[in-house]
Amino acid sequence: MFDDFFVRALFAGIGIAFVTGPLGCFVVWRRLSYFGDTLAHSALLGVTMAYTLDLNIAISVFLISSVIALILIQLQKKTNLPGDALLGLLAHSSLAVGLVVIGFLTFIRFDIMGLLFGDILAVTTDDLLIIWTGGALILLVLKLIWKPLFASTVNYELAEAEGLNPDRAKAIFTILMAAVIAISIKMVGLLLITGMLIIPAAMARNISDSPQKMVIFSIIGGLLSVVLGLYSSLEFNTSSGPSIIAASLVLFILSLFKIKQSIKLKN
Amino acid sequence: MSTENNILVKLHNAGFKQNNKWLVEGVSLTVEKGKIVTLIGPNGSGKSTTAKIALGIYKNIEGNVEKYTYKVGYVPQKISIDWTLPLRVCDFMLLTESISEKDIDEALSLTGVIHLKNKNLGNLSGGEFQRVLIARAISKKPELLVLDEPVQGVDYTGEIALYELIKNISDTLSCGILLISHDLHTVMTATDHVVCLNGHVCCSGSPMDVAKNNEYKALFGEKASQILTVYEHKHDHVHSEEGEIKKN
Repeated sequence: MFDDFFVRALFAGIGIAFVTGPLGCFVVWRRLSYFGDTLAHSALLGVTMAYTLDLNIAISVFLISSVIALILIQLQKKTNLPGDALLGLLAHSSLAVGLVVIGFLTFIRFDIMGLLFGDILAVTTDDLLIIWTGGALILLVLKLIWKPLFASTVNYELAEAEGLNPDRAKAIFTILMAAVIAISIKMVGLLLITGMLIIPAAMARNISDSPQKMVIFSIIGGLLSVVLGLYSSLEFNTSSGPSIIAASLVLFILSLFKIKQSIKLKN
Repeated sequence: MSTENNILVKLHNAGFKQNNKWLVEGVSLTVEKGKIVTLIGPNGSGKSTTAKIALGIYKNIEGNVEKYTYKVGYVPQKISIDWTLPLRVCDFMLLTESISEKDIDEALSLTGVIHLKNKNLGNLSGGEFQRVLIARAISKKPELLVLDEPVQGVDYTGEIALYELIKNISDTLSCGILLISHDLHTVMTATDHVVCLNGHVCCSGSPMDVAKNNEYKALFGEKASQILTVYEHKHDHVHSEEGEIKKN
């Protein structure tokens, strides 16, 4: 069944959507979209490391993104620069360093476009294994830290006062972010991963009235985007990443009609 | 039970410094089971900071805090819920602990907001939101309740009812309460121990002791002192239903 590249891509995308749905909600709630971008940009370094040291791409990206996240936390403690400046600094410098390193690696032919925007042809059965086991692990850990993470998202001090250890939950969540980027980079591409996290969640916000509903709609939105995006990618011979993100944008626009209705009802 | 076992949280010479400025220093106080300790003081005197030290929110503190309970209910002074987070009152009630539907309903009824159970938090008024915050804190049946100006924005009659509720909770659950209040009247009605702060402890003791203290008078003015003494006088007689005044 997995012999066909399209079936592999479809299953990879479905696996990714299950994970980006709930994680994306937290990215929106905790205002982490630029943080996601930073981790994604640093993934390029991870990819180059994978090629030079002959490692698995997902594992290598996961390691580099985690390191960048740690550096960010240290920089936040040591300097007084605002958070967005630090994020920009790390995002662009790691992207630049990654591209420079690629320039040196003349012995390898890189598909830069595939790296930046995703490539459905590139998904192997090994990737599928990583996406589904990695994804299941991410969801399991997220479920375990859900209560402290969610409580501290609502109010940090409340969570801390009532003994939920929000700092630990935040640290674990940061690692989960690195992990989700690692498993979805081949499919969505490093420039568009954050879109996969944010857009379905934003769409879900427009049509939900409780956190649980928002998570479920976010997953459904992601799944629809993957299926629609991949079919159009096949049909029009476009990169898989942009096709998936464009499909999720269409869903987001449709969700705006729902929100307009509810505003009208209130008036 | 000895008094040792009744202690829920004990601050010893505690203080907190931020950006090289003391927010509060040298605070010693003890909250015991079934007792209400009230913090009073002008704006910026370190009331909320003291509460956060007691709760363990601030980590790098001077002095020490001994906390003997993990069952804590907290009503923060300020809390804002972002629009991006769709949160109903019933979701909010389950925020830090999974409590039963029955306990949720009971707590919301006690604070008079059961009809808002399925409403979105963002659509509540300030007073309604405070009532939900109090309901959430008491629904956990905590051993220690920390209330940072719990009735801000609540209408006058509601305010009295809520303070009565707080007093009741302290009696029925025998939980210790650390209360921050601006309202000197209420401070006197229910409190066992008053700590008057102004960057440090300026005086502490029973409500009457504090009222007579000169530092307290200097801080709040002679009038505030009179409020307390007037209050004390109120209770040397009771009014019968016919309107007669009976001396105690």
